[in-house]
Order: sequence, then C-alpha cells, then structure tokens
Amino acid sequence: MKTIDVVKIIETVEKLCIDANYYLNDDIANSLEKGLLLEESDTGKLVLQQLLKNAEMARSQKMAMCQDTGMAVVFVDIGQDVRITGGSLTDAINEGVRRGYQNGYLRKSVVKNPIDRVNTGDNTPAVIHYNIVEGDSLKITVAPKGFGSENMSALKMLKPSDGIDGVKEFVIDTVRKAGPNPCPPVVVGVGIGGTMEKAALLAKRALLRPIDIRNSDSSIKNLEEELLEKINKLGIGPAGLGGRVTALAVNVEMFPTHIAGLPVAVNINCHAARHAEAVL
Amino acid sequence: MQNIIKIQTPLTKEKVKQLKAGDNVSISGTIYTARDAAHKRMISLIEEGKSLPFDVKDQIIYYVGPCPARPGQVIGSAGPTTSGRMDAYAPTLISMGLTGMIGKGLRSKEVIDSMIKYGAVYFGAIGGAGALIASTIESEEVIAFPDLGTEAIRKLVVRDFPATVVIDCYGNNLYEIGRKRYMVAE
Repeated sequence: MKTIDVVKIIETVEKLCIDANYYLNDDIANSLEKGLLLEESDTGKLVLQQLLKNAEMARSQKMAMCQDTGMAVVFVDIGQDVRITGGSLTDAINEGVRRGYQNGYLRKSVVKNPIDRVNTGDNTPAVIHYNIVEGDSLKITVAPKGFGSENMSALKMLKPSDGIDGVKEFVIDTVRKAGPNPCPPVVVGVGIGGTMEKAALLAKRALLRPIDIRNSDSSIKNLEEELLEKINKLGIGPAGLGGRVTALAVNVEMFPTHIAGLPVAVNINCHAARHAEAVL
Repeated sequence: MQNIIKIQTPLTKEKVKQLKAGDNVSISGTIYTARDAAHKRMISLIEEGKSLPFDVKDQIIYYVGPCPARPGQVIGSAGPTTSGRMDAYAPTLISMGLTGMIGKGLRSKEVIDSMIKYGAVYFGAIGGAGALIASTIESEEVIAFPDLGTEAIRKLVVRDFPATVVIDCYGNNLYEIGRKRYMVAE
C-alpha cells in the first residue's frame, strides 16, 4: 500500500496542464519535420514551417502554443494498492487545473451551463476518467482538448453488416467533412467496439498514444496505415489550404462489442495533439 | 514561393478587389477582435438601433479569444478560432461595411454571397500558431464588453500579421481550389 497526499496531486496536475500547453511533444515535432519533406504544396510547406516555429516560440517564451488551451481532460490510472490522503482526489485534480490555468496564463474556456454559457472563470471542472489498475502507482495524463477539433469529431452506431468497409468510410468521411476546421494536419483517434460511450473513450484514449507507435495488433496496425494513406489523399493539407499532409497519424483502439452492434467513434485532434503525463 | 502582399488597414473596397484566393498576405495596422459572445451582443445592439462599439466600415474583424498576457507581454497566445460559428452574424456586419474577416475554417453560402455582394475578403490565419501570431501584435486594448473576458472586443495594432486569402470578393475559395488540386482519386 502506497499513500499519496493530495498536495502532491495538485502540484502534479498544475504542472501537467502547463507543460501540455507549452511544449510540443517530440513525436509530433518529428512528424511535422517529416511532413515538410512529403508536402508538395508551397503554402502547405509554409504552414508546417510556421507550426514548427510556433512550437519553438511557445517553448522559449513559456507561453501556450495555441490560445485554445482546451477543456482539461484528465486520465487517472490508479493502482488498487494506492491510498489517497489529505482530501478528495477529484477536488485535488480540479484544484490542480485551477492553478495550472491561472499560473500558466492559460485561457479559461469552460462555461458552467451549456445553455446559459457563463464562464466558470477557472477552467474547471475537468473531465476526469478514472481507471483502476493493478499495482501501487498513480498515473495522471492531462490532455487539454481544444474545441476546433473536438467539434468535428463524430460517433456512429454502424450495423455489423457495414463491416470494415463501413468503418473506413465513416472515418474518412468524418475527416473530409471536418476539412480545414480542426487545424490540420490532424491526429485521428478511432475507437471501434464496446458501447456508445466506450467507443468514444477508446477514441479519446487513442490520442494519448505516441504517433510513432502503431497498434501492436497487426490487423489494427494495417488499418491505421491504410486510413492514414487514404486521408492523405483527400487533398485538405496543412491548415486546409490544399496539400498532401492532412493527417500525421491515425491511432485505432478496439474493444469487444455486442452481437448486434458496431459502434465507431472518431475523435479528431489538432496537429499539436497535446498531452503530458506523470507517474506518482 | 509567391510574394507576400502587404496590407495596411483600413481595408478599403479598392484594396479588397485586388486580393485573390491563394494570396499570402501580411497585415499591418488596427484590427478588431470578436468571437461568439461579442458577435451576439453586436447583433443585439444593431437590432435595438444602437451604435456598435466601433465603426465596422473598412475594418477587419479577427475571430480570436486570446490567452491572458504574462506581465510584460502585450498579449498571450492569439491564434484564430473556427469562423463558422460567426456565420449567423457576419452577413449583417458585411452589409454595414465590414471588409475583412480573419479566422480559420469553412464559411456558409450566406457569408460568401454577402462577401460578393458588398465586397469583403476572408483571410485564413494558421490554426494553432497562437504564439507566432501573438508576436505580431504590438498593442492590445479592450474597447467593449470587458465582462466577456477573453471574448471581449479588443482593438489590436498588428505588424506583419501572417495570413492567406481563403475566399476573395469574387467567391473564389482556396479551401475548395487547394483541396481539388491535391486530391488523389481512389
């Protein structure tokens, strides 16, 4: 049994909110560099260069890469042998978000009521996904999600008879319809199976996987590669201004489902695919 | 690589007519910020017959909700937001003389029709390049709706703000042209 005090959790979440918004992850930077070689459009190349320059400026000046610093999505993988002391885990995570967005000069983008739309003023509450795992460690991942890309995401309950072709068509169609809106080149998270909410969660979690790592299941890996190739034939290109590099990666996760269903969720992320994690 | 066209605000109709979809531009001078909530309020003011916080004639509105500035900074990260959410409001402002909009993403037919009718241009800024764009902003002043926080109307003075003409006043649309040029048929 390991005990972790909430103070430690608050500090960790605060830092992760800031880091995820300031620093572009290496897998993404490498992929943008690679995209510069693949891109044929001059404007597309200019956009990729400016995105790399933007990341460098954000890093050196300690400022957010993008003004939409997102709604804080927090994944918590908590070992069953961990005990939290000093207060509520959920309150601690929200306090960390509050401090991160305040002290990191990040934008507060959360409204309390989706209809009245009054800003909560501190970017809380976070959307928290708890997962109980074996062991005595606590892994926290903060993935600030901007809504330019979130708004272009989609979920569909396909029929089993739609099969793999139906899945591919839905994924590609979702990216095609999104066009320039989600700040391409995008990273596409796909969740296949489970129930409605499970598919959505699989898609969101798929976005946490580094984009230079393919799914360990070879048939899913092939699907990821085929989808990426097809998406990059859409012509949308960097910033949607036309080009070859529309997506940097497609990450697919699957889960068993019901005999009557084939849920598919497509969660689109912008080029930055922000996320930062820590293990306590 | 094509030349970058320099634009100095105010953006007169004569200047608008010379811009073509696909032109890379750098904008200098005064521009105004407004996004969802500010647009809603401006349209309410118009409906009530009241004057707007600034005269939109020959002006550019930038769809942005910036991050707070660190002490010593002019403004925080300040890239474009998705323009489509302003589509319901834009035609009214265009009919009142607004000549430029900066944002990212698709526009509705109604907006494009108004742009052709009255002479306006839609610039795309790079979504996600908020730090880079912030470095082109020389001053920032909230001029209306301070209670809206990041969504307040701001007067910005920019120098060499980088953008691309996405839709010109003739209805040419780079999102469509560019996509067709690079699309690979299956």
